[in-house]
Amino acid sequence: MSQIAVEKKVLNENQKIAAELREKFREHKILVVNIISSPGSGKTTLLERTLDRMNQERTDKRMRVVLLTGDLQTENDATRLAQWGFPVKQIITGGTCHLDAKMIERHLADWPLESFDLLIIENVGNLVCPTSYDLGEHFKIVMLSVTEGEDKPLKYPSIFVKSELMILSKVDLLPYVPFSAELAKSNARSMHPGIQIIETSSKGDGLDEWMKWLEEKLAAVKSGELISA
Amino acid sequence: MHELSIVSSVLDQLDDWKKQHGGRQISKVGLRVGELAGVDVDCLRFGFECVVQDTEWASLALEIEQVARRQRCPRCNHEFKAENWAAGDLPMPFTACPECGEVGTETIAGEELQIAYFEVEDE
Repeated sequence: MSQIAVEKKVLNENQKIAAELREKFREHKILVVNIISSPGSGKTTLLERTLDRMNQERTDKRMRVVLLTGDLQTENDATRLAQWGFPVKQIITGGTCHLDAKMIERHLADWPLESFDLLIIENVGNLVCPTSYDLGEHFKIVMLSVTEGEDKPLKYPSIFVKSELMILSKVDLLPYVPFSAELAKSNARSMHPGIQIIETSSKGDGLDEWMKWLEEKLAAVKSGELISA
Repeated sequence: MHELSIVSSVLDQLDDWKKQHGGRQISKVGLRVGELAGVDVDCLRFGFECVVQDTEWASLALEIEQVARRQRCPRCNHEFKAENWAAGDLPMPFTACPECGEVGTETIAGEELQIAYFEVEDE
């Protein structure tokens, strides 16, 4: 019997494709964010508000956005998001609980990446599995809504550790639910001291701050200062 | 429940190795799974049993080494296991350095999801 040391990532194949995607994103200077939350936290709603805001910008200032949205079934989210006129594709995973790099590669294949500034990936609603899959993105963004528990960052530490930004959504409901925003934020910071936090709601709270975050990151990608590793 | 995809990825890599080495039998595979890998070890074991049964991998043994989250303090260089602790009655953040209290510490272990080794029958 002999033992052979391997020391290779289990998701080696995914990692290879993610590296190729990353190279493409770098070449075309496109900012890529991967949004992850449990089902019903408000990912699609935030994206609707985001696209609506972008559409109000002057054409020459408008970010050229493209979206991939993942679900187990239905084209519902893509239909909702397509109304603003930005290119959207639904990724139907057919039961798989996460998006992997191959799905991203396949769905981007016929899009001219050089014509875009920002790719938003809305992952399948799930706080666990999407965490393990590198999609070549610059940033993972975790969303937590105030109708969930403040202890989610403690229960699902992995995604909070890996995310650059946490979006605390539905804050307009805070007066009506027994949820402490301070406790949720301190739990997130206890898992990931450097995590940035933006509070949003479907009424438009936090939208300015979120747009500013995107604009700053995009500027850093365009100047070559920000390269996804 | 992405543990099945993970089992498939492991077996794909073993398949590749086996093909490159004239079909040499692999008897055991050792995985290293970090606390932050987002993988449930019991699900992984269960998924593994389900996938290998009645296949050429049926006799493949699986060993899983779980890796705790460890942090390094940028201020005093102390390395420690990230866990709940308290300074007197005051609960401290998970990642706070127990030596000097620094909160902004760096994760140095716990994100692993690796094939560490496998064992082959001698030729």
